[in-house]
Amino acid sequence: MALTYEEVISKYEPSLGLEVHVELNTQTKMFCGCATVFGAAPNTQTCPVCLGMPGALPVVNEKAIESTIRIGLALNCSITPKSRFARKNYFYPDMPKNFQISQYDEPICTNGYLDVDVETDEGMQTFRIEIERVHMEEDTGKSLHVGGATGRIHGAEYSLLDYNRAGIPLVEIVTKVVSGTGKYAPEVAKAYVKELRDILRSLGVSDVKMEQGSLRCDANVSLAPIGSGKLGTRSETKNVNSLRSVERAVRGEMIRHARLLDKGERVIQETRHFQEDSGGTRSGRSKEQAEDYRYFPEPDLTPVAPAAEWVEQLRSELPEKPSLRRARLQSQWQVPDKEMAALVNAGAVDLVEETVALGADPTRARGWWLGEISRLANEAEIELTSISITPKDVARIIELISAGELTDKLARQVVAAVIAGEGDPDSVIATQGIKVVSDESALIAAIEKAIAAQPETAEKVRNGHVPAAGALIGAVMKETKGQADAARVRELLLGLLGQG
Amino acid sequence: MAANSRISREEVARIAALARITLGEDELTHLASQIDGILDAVAVVQEAAGADVPPMSHPIEVNNVSRPDVIVPSLSPEAALSGAPASEDSRFRVPQILGEEA
Repeated sequence: MALTYEEVISKYEPSLGLEVHVELNTQTKMFCGCATVFGAAPNTQTCPVCLGMPGALPVVNEKAIESTIRIGLALNCSITPKSRFARKNYFYPDMPKNFQISQYDEPICTNGYLDVDVETDEGMQTFRIEIERVHMEEDTGKSLHVGGATGRIHGAEYSLLDYNRAGIPLVEIVTKVVSGTGKYAPEVAKAYVKELRDILRSLGVSDVKMEQGSLRCDANVSLAPIGSGKLGTRSETKNVNSLRSVERAVRGEMIRHARLLDKGERVIQETRHFQEDSGGTRSGRSKEQAEDYRYFPEPDLTPVAPAAEWVEQLRSELPEKPSLRRARLQSQWQVPDKEMAALVNAGAVDLVEETVALGADPTRARGWWLGEISRLANEAEIELTSISITPKDVARIIELISAGELTDKLARQVVAAVIAGEGDPDSVIATQGIKVVSDESALIAAIEKAIAAQPETAEKVRNGHVPAAGALIGAVMKETKGQADAARVRELLLGLLGQG
Repeated sequence: MAANSRISREEVARIAALARITLGEDELTHLASQIDGILDAVAVVQEAAGADVPPMSHPIEVNNVSRPDVIVPSLSPEAALSGAPASEDSRFRVPQILGEEA
């Protein structure tokens, strides 16, 4: 009875709608001068405005307006000449005002698009995701539910509120209905959020950390029988906190909907919560209809009317699009598609670019970042971007290898020491006394010692059994504490044994 | 009165529920007719506004009142919580929230 994903897509056509919330990285909140530091002690970043005290008046943060316009421009949107804020009324203690200041019928950016590439059975395919709107609003406070077994609201005796986050500038980016993706809907959703994250990062407007909640995605999913030309009832999944979860949530909801529809049951329009452990979703509150929020224009704020010249100036100053930049670097570095994808997935593109800019060979730079350094990052369970070795260190190590002053083995030792906080490569080399034994007489002495210690092995090599040389080379490397260049040892050894 | 009523008692009950206000049967009937009265008064204004008059949300024509992104000192947590009926661990304490999911 359980429907597989293949059966789901053979019968149903999915439609998606993605809402992404981005916390801006401004110094202060959207409508007051309170700081926005993540992880500050509870209620240390509040004031009469963000606590909703009577008579307090909000004033909009001009940096937040600028960031939102830049996001809109990067997403090919039209910038509304005059947009307005609105009150979204609801009763929930995460907003002390009993409303959230948002934008309703007059958002600041409308009608854009973002192209995303997805690997399909027919190779790379581009899907255009149309953007309905980009609007400004404020984030809500954080609730802590006390007394419930799992920290959940059900069964809680009371809740504790920290309003540090209340009022942090939030930008909501809403897509139009995304259809025509067929079985690739989960991958398209993930690729969209990833590309959006890269764009936001390149704009420098947000930390875009999904795990810290500065980038959050709500996924609306609906299914309709193939060829029906209709839209099915949608569910909205919240609490999707990683790129992988975006894909899993969409796939999971498609399967859940299809199982209901196959049994002749109805999909309920509701908010669901993604469960990170199981990959499934759990029912939340029934979706309130938009009119239940009784939106009306915010009388305490004036309209935002950005000057056309300013908008054009911001447009001209936009950074290179991440997709174009990737294509440019890929051709400069002459990297195959697969390896470029690996670099992008590892978040190593910037690191390699900086390393190359400092004079390193692109292939070697790529090799170190994706190889040894990625391995150490994995071991330490941290992101490559947060490991404590810089492109400058890596460029210097590559330079020393090229100059013959480090072997690959010694270089790995230096990399590990730099990451362990023992200083930059040159000071590690100085304090650990690392150097390639390039004094040939010392090498020859070590080789002769190894031959004398293993006469039978040496005899085998003399008789043409070259692979046996490995044991002798190993002994030499041990003798020189790994500081000899293994290739040179092999060369000298084979020469001495008449196999050169 | 009931003949030209635009706001039903059910609508008043729904709005009251959204606003978390408990109303008795008498109050629902009373308020439905009162709200009708208010809407009648506002309808007169609607007649006056022609299609060429844009809706107004602010009494004076002023745009772009904004502030630079500069931090100003916040309240101390003690001051922030001083008016709260209950607090715990530097947080506002509120009664259990039922029937909704965060």
